[in-house]
Amino acid sequence: MSTDYEPKSAVAKWIDKRLPIVTLFNGHLMQYPTPKNLNYWWTFGGILTFCLVTQIITGLVLAMHYIADAELAFSSVEHIMRDVNYGWLLRYIHANGASMFFIAVYIHMARSLFYGSYKEPRELIWIIGVFIFLLMIATAFMGYVLPWGQMSFWGATVITNLFSAIPVFGESITNWLWGGYSVGSPLLTRFFTLHYLLPFLIFGLVILHVWALHVPGNNNPEGIDVVQGSQDTVPFHPHYVVKDVFALIVFMIVFAGFVFFTPNLLGHTDNYIQANPLQTPEHIVPEWYFLPFYAILRAIPDKLGGVIMMVSAIAILAFLPWLDTSKVRSAKYRPLFKQFYWIFLANFLLLGYLGAQPAEGIYVIISRIATIYYFVHFIVILPVLGFVEKTKPLPKSISEPVLNEKERAAKAASA
Amino acid sequence: MKRRGQRKLHQLSVFRSIKYILSILLAVSAYQSTSIAAEIHEPMRPYWSFEGPLGKFERASLQRGYQVYTEVCSGCHSMDLLSYRNLIQPGGPEFSEKQAKAMAAMFEVETGPDQDGEMFMRPAILSDKFVSPWENEQQARAANGGAYPPDLSVIVKARPNGADYIYSLLLGYKDAPEGTDLDDGVYYNEYAKGMRIAMPQVLYEDGVEYTDGTAATEEQMAHDVTTFLTWSAEPKLEERKRMGFKVIIYLLILAFLFYFTNKAIWKDSH
Amino acid sequence: MSDSKPVTRRNFLFISTAAFSAAGAATIGIPLVSQMNPDASVKALASTEVDVSTIVPGQSITVLWRGKPVFIRRRTEEEINEAQKVKLEDLPDPEGDDTRVQNPEWLVMVGICTHLGCIPLGNKGDYNGWFCPCHGSHYDTSGRIRKGPAPTNLEIPDYVFLDNNTIKIG
Repeated sequence: MSTDYEPKSAVAKWIDKRLPIVTLFNGHLMQYPTPKNLNYWWTFGGILTFCLVTQIITGLVLAMHYIADAELAFSSVEHIMRDVNYGWLLRYIHANGASMFFIAVYIHMARSLFYGSYKEPRELIWIIGVFIFLLMIATAFMGYVLPWGQMSFWGATVITNLFSAIPVFGESITNWLWGGYSVGSPLLTRFFTLHYLLPFLIFGLVILHVWALHVPGNNNPEGIDVVQGSQDTVPFHPHYVVKDVFALIVFMIVFAGFVFFTPNLLGHTDNYIQANPLQTPEHIVPEWYFLPFYAILRAIPDKLGGVIMMVSAIAILAFLPWLDTSKVRSAKYRPLFKQFYWIFLANFLLLGYLGAQPAEGIYVIISRIATIYYFVHFIVILPVLGFVEKTKPLPKSISEPVLNEKERAAKAASA
Repeated sequence: MKRRGQRKLHQLSVFRSIKYILSILLAVSAYQSTSIAAEIHEPMRPYWSFEGPLGKFERASLQRGYQVYTEVCSGCHSMDLLSYRNLIQPGGPEFSEKQAKAMAAMFEVETGPDQDGEMFMRPAILSDKFVSPWENEQQARAANGGAYPPDLSVIVKARPNGADYIYSLLLGYKDAPEGTDLDDGVYYNEYAKGMRIAMPQVLYEDGVEYTDGTAATEEQMAHDVTTFLTWSAEPKLEERKRMGFKVIIYLLILAFLFYFTNKAIWKDSH
Repeated sequence: MSDSKPVTRRNFLFISTAAFSAAGAATIGIPLVSQMNPDASVKALASTEVDVSTIVPGQSITVLWRGKPVFIRRRTEEEINEAQKVKLEDLPDPEGDDTRVQNPEWLVMVGICTHLGCIPLGNKGDYNGWFCPCHGSHYDTSGRIRKGPAPTNLEIPDYVFLDNNTIKIG
């Protein structure tokens, strides 16, 4: 962002001459022209940054006390809960923070899907986002293994066993992953190392994500291009800094509700039983945020097929900018797309529900239908819609819809 | 002002939003109840002083519960994650240091080696962990017909419906209905999975003589020991809820301040 | 002039919001810093009770306290007299024996040489006390440095006699 900003203090000038972070900070976080009509669905990017920082900080301090060994992991977590000063608080923040992170990322993605934020010229922002999502999934999966409860162990067993479905090399890859012949201490230690590492990769991708965003600038609820620096934009600070913080505080109230009053609601009671390789829990269930993909995995009767479909369900997101052929961005002006959007969302929630049910009877049939519909939405519905849909006329600028209402009101008053 | 068509669309999307919220709630509740097999009765739901956002433990109940654990349960069940010093700390039974030292001294721990390289026994002190009735899992199984009496430190968090389930289970022993087939060492219990459990009934009226004189009915003992086990699973419960109350109040005030700050900043921009 | 009132109200709002936020942000630091302090299980081992009933005069034992060795010696009459007779001017680190013991018969001190941390050997050295083999520091019957590179006397930990037979250290 090129502005006429000059650093004010002598210290700022000295630093900025050698490393332009002062002008960078000012350009991208303070003066940055942002569309003035962003609604609260746009606050989740800031909320996600808060979630990432919270997880990294609480994770860091928890790592000072956690022991990544199969014999000691479970009791080290209990040691944190009982003996470490405020250990219980840090652990519950970290565990519930993961759930809050996924609530926020799903809402953030839902916003992009509705308002067409993935469309030209923002395709790369979206694709980087898909990679961030993948890294989040990997990080959360490994993190859940660390307490070494029954669900940790058996969830790890089920998912790492999927690698054996790979033809020819499957078994060697799985043993390589395990560092042994089953899930055990070697796997736990390496999961701890990778769980510590990945969030920093996520952080790097987030920087690229925001950088890519700041090239075209933010999308907005109307989905139309906005002239930067015009009366259609406001500086990011203080308008959106304050709005983002307000939204964040409301988010934190929900977060605090979980941490302080129902800290184990989103977890599974079986994970308070120490891992036992000789006893499988009745129902192996992943954490709630994985349920839709778990449902897709189990819907396919073939092991390798299930793995391919589960991975494809996420990978297909990367192709969205090209699968959706419509030139109109926002669902606000795409009435038919809007209907299919809500149906897609309902189907996704249905898949989530099914992921928690036993894989028998009617649940299997519905899972298969829901899985097929998931892919039909991307591969058939979206491409076709772009051609057949009659979109509503777009406003000339983001101020225009407001003016039209005023004009209408003036007409009604004079009638 | 919205045109009629727009209002209708708005109503439709509101209707849809409600549908989705309901399906989310359904998903959460379904997720929670997945672990309970269809055969188990819903547990009883007695009053617990520690439930709810302002919940607290009753000290006297915790102390009686410890007595029940020690005199009835500890013969088969370990509590490996507790130390005798936990009995003193705030938020728990809050025995005095003298009382807790005396309670610990009733048990022996292995320590050493001594000058000759031999291990030996000494009375437990506050910093020791609760002494387990068994040397190892195999010994526990051998003494209990192959079944392992689980460690009770976090049992309340390790079972769906937690305290309600444990309480109900302890009181759930009934005569098996006519024609029920029970193997040796398996007992009939209305709240156990498949109505069967390898633990016999252990709570009988006046099975324990409470030091504070409370009548030791089965319900009383079940209530006290479950309260104790809930504390053992969540020793920081009281501190957590206290802090939560303050944090939420703080955040509500902060939200209020930021709401008006936001309004003030945006006033001239629309 | 007419809009100074709403402006000051606005400023008050902004300042209160900023101050209230800052208070919250500072509070977050408390658990993050506090978690590194000794936890409850470490603090439980912060004091050690020692049964000294079997120690005869002239005998020493060494116990572990907070990961460090502590010498407990039951001194003989001779050792007590020797310690009390020493003139303060003769000491590199002047300290009277009466300030180093609660009961003259019992000497309790941290067995770590104040030079570079080795463990001194008992009943050795030129002053009938302790001798550190690492760099040749000599301590007397009160554990005070007399000769050698050590700068200060052997440290006396906090301790109390719970009764005649038990010392609680720390």
